[in-house]
Order: sequence, then C-alpha cells, then structure tokens
Amino acid sequence: MTGVRAFAVEAVDIRKSYGELKAVDGVSFTVDEGEFFGILGPNGAGKTTTLEIVEGLREPDAGTVALLGESPWPRNLKLLPRVGVQLQASSFFEKLTAREQLETFGSLYGVSKSIVADMLELVGLLDKADVQENKLSGGQRQRLSIACALVHDPDVVFLDEPTAALDPQARRNLWDVLRAIQARGKTIVYTTHYLDEAEILCDRVAIMDRGRVLAMDSPAALVRGLDAPTRITLQPGALPAETARGIEGVDDVHEEDASMTISTRKPAVVLSALAERGALDGLQVRTATLEDVFLDLTGREYRA
Amino acid sequence: MSTAFKSLSVAMVKGFLRDRMALFFMFVFPLMFLVVFGLLFRDSGADKIKLAVVGDGPVVAALERTGAVEVQRFDDQQAAVDKVKDGDLPAALILSGNDVRLRFAASDQVAAGTVNGLVSGVVDKVNLGATGQPPAFRLDQQPVEDASLKPIQYLTPGILSWGVSISAVFGSALTLVSWRKKQVLRRIRLAPISAFTVLTSRVVVSVGVAVLQAALFVAVASTPPFGLKLSGDWYPALPLLVLGTLAFFAIGMLVGAFCKSEEAASGAANMLVLPMSFLSGTFFPIENAPGWLQAVSKVLPLRHMNDGMLDILVRGKGIGALVVPSAVLVGFTLVVGFVASRVFRWED
Repeated sequence: MTGVRAFAVEAVDIRKSYGELKAVDGVSFTVDEGEFFGILGPNGAGKTTTLEIVEGLREPDAGTVALLGESPWPRNLKLLPRVGVQLQASSFFEKLTAREQLETFGSLYGVSKSIVADMLELVGLLDKADVQENKLSGGQRQRLSIACALVHDPDVVFLDEPTAALDPQARRNLWDVLRAIQARGKTIVYTTHYLDEAEILCDRVAIMDRGRVLAMDSPAALVRGLDAPTRITLQPGALPAETARGIEGVDDVHEEDASMTISTRKPAVVLSALAERGALDGLQVRTATLEDVFLDLTGREYRA
Repeated sequence: MSTAFKSLSVAMVKGFLRDRMALFFMFVFPLMFLVVFGLLFRDSGADKIKLAVVGDGPVVAALERTGAVEVQRFDDQQAAVDKVKDGDLPAALILSGNDVRLRFAASDQVAAGTVNGLVSGVVDKVNLGATGQPPAFRLDQQPVEDASLKPIQYLTPGILSWGVSISAVFGSALTLVSWRKKQVLRRIRLAPISAFTVLTSRVVVSVGVAVLQAALFVAVASTPPFGLKLSGDWYPALPLLVLGTLAFFAIGMLVGAFCKSEEAASGAANMLVLPMSFLSGTFFPIENAPGWLQAVSKVLPLRHMNDGMLDILVRGKGIGALVVPSAVLVGFTLVVGFVASRVFRWED
C-alpha cells in the first residue's frame, strides 16, 4: 500500500502527569475510520484522561494527537463540528425536555431542528421527547446524552463510560444504539470497564492499566494470542472419559458428578468428533475471555 | 445574532420559568418586602395630629383647613380631657364663645410641641383676621420634594434595585456553578461557539428578568393601597437598570468562579447582597445612619443604583441624575468583570 493512510485518530506517545501520578504514561494508538475502538481497563487506569487528550479537552505533557488529521489542542474550531463527545457525567441544561436539549445542543452547531426526531428515534426516546431530563431514568439519560453528542452528525464519536451504572437491560438497549451508530459509518472511540461488553461490541480494543497500554488488537485475536484452552462441558455419561481422552486434540478430561469437562486448543476438531459420536448432550463451550487476557497481562484478577 | 445565541437564551429562559424557587426569589420575595414595608410605613410621615374638640367656632374651621389635624368631636368636656389623660389623644381643645382652652399631654413632648404650635398659630391668625388688619408678613410654604416623599416613594426604588441585584448575582453565580459542575461548560466548549456568545446570552436573560421585575414592582407599588407616584421623567431608569444588572452580573460571575457548589454560591451571594442592601438604604433611608456608615455605603454599587433610581423614578431629576450612578456601575462592571474573567474556570 502506498501513500499515507488516513486515521480517524492517531495518538503518539501521549503523556500526562498530575503531580507524582502518571495518569497517562506513553500511550500510542490509532483508530481507523468507521472503526469501533474500545479503551478498556479498571477505574483509574487512565482511560478518561487519554480520551480527554484525544478530544482536545486537555493538553498532553508530551506526545502528539492527530484527530481527523488535525491537532485538537488548542481548541480547534475547524475540528469541533466533526467531533461528537459524550462526557462522563450527563451534562444537560436545567429543566429542559429531551427534545429541547437536542434542539439547544444542535443550535450550538447551527443544526436545524428537523434532525431532532431522528436522533430521538435512534436512541429510542421518541416517546420521552417531552419529558424533562431530570425525570428520565439513568439509561434514558445516558441515551439522551449520546444523542446530544450525535446531533450535529459528527464523523468521530467519543463516549466515556456510556454503560457505567446501568442495569443489564439498559446496557443491552444501549448496545443496540451503539451498533446503530456504527452502522451509520461513524468512527466510535469509547471507554468501558466492562470487558465482556467490549468483547461483543468493539472491532479493536486497547487494554490499559496504570497509564499504559498493555495490549491492543481485536478481542478475538487477543484471546487467541493467549493460547488458553477452550473448555467443552458435557452431561456426565455422554461418552466414557477414556473415549474422550482418545479424541485427537483433547488436552485433558475432568469428570465431576454433574458434568464432564474437556479442555482443548483445537475446539473445531474435537467438536466435530463429538458430533460424529452423537455425544453432544448438555453441550457448553467456553472459550477464554478478555478477563483472562487481563489476568495474563497483569498477573492479577480483573476488578472493574 | 446567531441561532446559537437565540436558542441558548431561550433555553435559559425556559429553565428559569420552570424553576419555581428562582421565580419566587426573584419576583415574589422582593415583592413581599415591598408589600410589608409599604403597608407598615404607609401613614408615617403623612400622619395627622388627632385632636379632641368640644364646641365649635372659627378656630376649629381654621384648624381643619390646615389639613394637619384630624378632629374628633366630643360633647362632654370631661370625656375629652379623660381621653388625653389616658394617652389616647395628644390634646383636647375646648371652645366656649371666644374662650379657647387647650389641654395637652406633656408626656409626649413632640406631639405636645406640635399641637401647641399649631393651635397657637391658628388662634393668632384668627385673631389677626378679627382685627381686619392686613398681615404685615407673608409666609410662603412649599415642600421641596416633587410630591411629599411618602415611604413608598423611597421604598420602591430601593427594593427594585435590591431585587435586581439579587436576581443578577444569583442568576449568574448559580448558572456558572451548575454548568461547571454538570460539565455543561465543557460540553459547550466542545461546540464551535464563542464564550462571548454564551456570556451575552446569559446577560440578555438577566437584563430581561430585571426589566420584568421593574415593571412588576412599579405596577404593584402604584396600586391604591401603596400609592406610588412615578415622576413623569422615568425613562432614564431603564439604562440605569441595565447598568445595575451588568454590575451585579459581574459580581455573580466572581462568586460563581470561586464556589464549587450551588449551596456555597448562594451562601456567598447572600453574604454580599444582604448587608449591602441594608447599607445602601433599601429598606430605610441611609441618611439617618452614622457618618462612617454612610461613607462605607458610598463604595457600594447598590447604594448608587438606589440613589439613581430614587432621583429618577421619584424625584424627577431626569437624565442628569444618571451620571454618577452610571459611572460607578460601569466601573464596577469593568473591574469585577475583569477579575472574574481572570479566575474563571471551565471545569472543577
């Protein structure tokens, strides 16, 4: 490939310290246009500071950021209409309804009011259009604040912990919203401390801890790179343990009262062999997750 | 102006109109003071001396013509004197033929002096009239104020200035703190809009609120129970209103820059505005205060706004009375506004 490839975001060795604390300690990453990129890690890992530097809300102590090919710091008026930011707190105007919030934020960008209904529909709040912001539920507020970040049709969207403090149902609703945004061709950069969620949503993730990026790739590649065995669980007596051990690719067989677990690094081969024998009763397949990757990278259990 | 300017202003007006607490403190609360003080002081200063009168004659007629006494007629001389002894009335006037007797309560020296002076003056005049001689000296009496300065006349400009100062200080301080805390400021900073647009839209809302307050307070004070009479030349009060709003808006920005929570901001704003209102003659004329206190009050913007409003709205001094208050208020706006812009923070 020749020529310079256009990244939506390109951060090179950015650093930010608060006194002794190195909040961001040499972070580099790139995000392609149209990509769904996740910055993961426990609280205090430096995710938000990284995001704020990339958005242009903070000046890095060192390093460079190119956002759509331009420097976001100092405040770059040319860039602002192309970037949508949802802040960690839900920042709204007092006492305005969902519709009025969107109209007001839209007007800051000179956007006509006709887009508001579309935005409300995108985030599933059409029926709450005339409800005041302080009377919405946590999940609804979160979706409204995302709509406010999208109201001017930006190319790149930054979302800081959009799913934090939501109940499971509200989280899943929000996932649908995020997927719909990506389907519109937007580049999404978001932070989360839910590794399972990032695994489902993101094209690529950067795992951060203590101000550094420990690993960066697609979730599937990170899990593959771990070379952790896949665990296949069957009903006890689905087939004799000895037979299971004889199947090609099986590393280990472990029998308990309620189940039999087969460990393998070649799940495809083992599963088809099991299928041939008609021994798939009570089948469960569990692969390694990003949490296992985090454990492997840091040597400690993941705690959000 | 831009749509952003317009819709920001509209957003703030809507937020304000839906905030019952804010509406109360900016419109009802000062109005309550106006009503209470207006009714409390309604008759003071215009008090007539009450006088028990037994019998009739030219002296009584002349006394009534002065407009300074309220005559209560008694048939029985003893009953009238008893009223005075009981302290219910300051004096009793007993007339029989050409004999005029005044019985007064010496315990109330001021009332006694007034009644004695009044009655002897009237008796002398009637005596002179009886001689048929033209008077050698003529006395011309006129009040110096346009209308007599009834309490409502100085209360209204004072409470108006105070109400405007409250709404401007609280409005700007609370908006600033709340927007910073809720990160609305950061969010606005991420939009392609200038800080100047945001600031001016908030100022315009404050000025609009001040004009509404002025209209409401003057309208209420002009109703019959209070009887405010505006001077014909009240229009210069409008620029003064705007300049006062700006000065207090700047003070609010300074308060908002230092305070981290709404509670702290309203506490600090109260600590500034409440003592200032007393020192500036909002509720009582400051002229009765000790000299050093009056000197202190001269450095307060509310004092000058008060004075200006009083001169223009009530005393009818016209546009010339604008000069000093305007200069002080503009100076305050510039100095305080500059300091506020220096300590301004977009985020906590």
